[in-house]
Amino acid sequence: MTPVPSTNDTAFVQIRDLVKDFGAGSLAVNNVSLDIAQGEIFALLGPSGCGKTTLLRMVAGFETPTKGKILLDGVELDGLPPYLRPINMMFQSYALFPHLTVWDNVAFGLRREGMPHEPMAERVEQMLKLVQLQRYGRRKPHQLSGGQQQRVALARSLAKRPKLMLLDEPLAALDKKLREETQIELANIIRKVGVTCVMVTHDQEEAMTMANRLAVMSEGNILQVGTPTEVYETPATRFVADFIGNVNLMDGTVVVDERDFVEIDCGFCRHRVGHGITGTLGMPVTVALRPEKIHLVREQPAGQFNQVRGTVHDRAYFGSFTLYVLELPGGKRLKVSEANNERNRTDAPAEGQGAWATWPDTAQVVLTT
Amino acid sequence: MSRPPASSLFNRMHAHPLFLAHSRKAVISVPFVWLLIFMLLPFFIILKISFAQMGIASFLPLSQFKEGILTLNLDLTHYQFIVQDQLYFRTYLNSLWCAALTTFWCLFIGYPFAYFMARAKATLQPALLMLVMLPFWTSYLLRVYAWKGLLMNGGLLARVLIYTHLDWILLKLRLIVEPGMFMNTQFALLIGMVYTYLPFMILPLYATLSKMDLRLLEAAADLGATPWVGFWKITVPLSKAGIIAGSMLVFIPCIGEYVIPELLGGPQSLMIGRVLWDEFFSNNDWPMASSVAVVVILLILLPLAIFNKYQAEASEVRR
Repeated sequence: MTPVPSTNDTAFVQIRDLVKDFGAGSLAVNNVSLDIAQGEIFALLGPSGCGKTTLLRMVAGFETPTKGKILLDGVELDGLPPYLRPINMMFQSYALFPHLTVWDNVAFGLRREGMPHEPMAERVEQMLKLVQLQRYGRRKPHQLSGGQQQRVALARSLAKRPKLMLLDEPLAALDKKLREETQIELANIIRKVGVTCVMVTHDQEEAMTMANRLAVMSEGNILQVGTPTEVYETPATRFVADFIGNVNLMDGTVVVDERDFVEIDCGFCRHRVGHGITGTLGMPVTVALRPEKIHLVREQPAGQFNQVRGTVHDRAYFGSFTLYVLELPGGKRLKVSEANNERNRTDAPAEGQGAWATWPDTAQVVLTT
Repeated sequence: MSRPPASSLFNRMHAHPLFLAHSRKAVISVPFVWLLIFMLLPFFIILKISFAQMGIASFLPLSQFKEGILTLNLDLTHYQFIVQDQLYFRTYLNSLWCAALTTFWCLFIGYPFAYFMARAKATLQPALLMLVMLPFWTSYLLRVYAWKGLLMNGGLLARVLIYTHLDWILLKLRLIVEPGMFMNTQFALLIGMVYTYLPFMILPLYATLSKMDLRLLEAAADLGATPWVGFWKITVPLSKAGIIAGSMLVFIPCIGEYVIPELLGGPQSLMIGRVLWDEFFSNNDWPMASSVAVVVILLILLPLAIFNKYQAEASEVRR
């Protein structure tokens, strides 16, 4: 796993050594290089203030990079104003023109191209049909629900057949239930149209369900690029492991380093990891362990590795799973999630009761940074 | 159950069902009563006078009830006179034209002013706003007088205009009658009016422009609009409410303006305010003056009604 990906001169979108300095002491975007393939949905994921929006705005042309360049389909975008770039953006909270009807909002970009009326009307109708708003063309944006406004914004940014579409927190303005439905619908429409897409989000679920690949950003740097599975199952750094999903992080040292396995001593438990790592004996490492990979049992399991005894400190029922917080002898806490695949399970440990946590030797990820 | 002992008369009054039922209406009715006494009532008095016949020292009564017969004596000759006499027609037209010209120039100067004020640094905006309002601290009569000093022969602005030969352009535009003479011309009148009413244009424009969502301009640019197109297609339509409010605030008082034409305007800029003054106080023909006033009010009510209709629509849209 390399934090900075190797670059490819034929990629559809090439971002090279991009730097943005707002003069605030630290760099908003720090030497970022990325390759994005044609037809891909690529997500920039990170907490607020990590530089993902600045990066997106530089691609759109709203910010000028301090250094570096952006190439789209082999053409350098440097110096092109936003209105000359073959890129359209779907804005956070949509930025629909309040004085124009839905129809005119979608037609706005086409009118700027000087497209004749007939093909333009056809294109607008086609777009409205794509987002299932044919009957809403005469309405003003404020007469639509949040979900409908979101679809108008999508239709408007797709109408000009952009080479690249940018999505800035596309679903942040919707409530949770609608957001989950829209994630899949939005990704389906984008794939159907086949447009290359870069989206910015702070919501890992959104990034993982919609994107083919994602980049995790923090403080202007890209920490890891990969498919959602890669990033979730093999995070490259502590930050990535912690940011994406729930994780238990345990500090320890390598005590046995064999070809097929390593053993790591974390004090309260001894890990046996079933895959080799690039490290040396005695090296300090962090073991990352996802709560859903751990099982809770009443009796002490066989063997001496990958198990720890604790008392249930807290128990939260989420419906499809239950999250236990296990208090370990040293005072450390371990999050364990158990799927509720049985109704009215009676042997589940209650708060205050003791239990053994155990996990297979393929569950851990060993992090050196 | 016992009442708390501290229930004063005031508290009990507030708790009284009659008070609760009518307190809302009472509060709302205050401005209505104000308008009734100081606006509607005088208007009806003026209206009545406009239909009155002049007696020797007072007006003849409008209606007479004698021997079971009610006779209404509505004297319409003044209105007839207004319609027939070219002078009144031309004065009305001139007033409307002057008001329209003033509104145009206020918009032309005020819009960029308000635009850059609204887009200026947030820390700078209160100071700029202060500068716009500063002239209000001096009486408007004094400020118009000051223009006399600037425009009269040998005045500062007059000398600059002559030096730069701009007076020839003004002559070509028929804003002045002879080169080098600016006082008592259409030009002086316009300068005085635009200067006086400019803040009334800038303030509502600034209010709408500063509230505008700037991401809309980014969205327009993203969709292929150059900054110029974005301005005309997004900024201007979205500031329509401010343009209309500012125009009304300038146009309506300009129609009836008396002081500025009197001090700066020339003989050819006969405006309705001056005619009114003459009819009331020089000719002492109150019925005639009242008729002129009624027509002015109707002229002003028309744009005001359009403005109100637009406002109602706009608030509908916002909801």
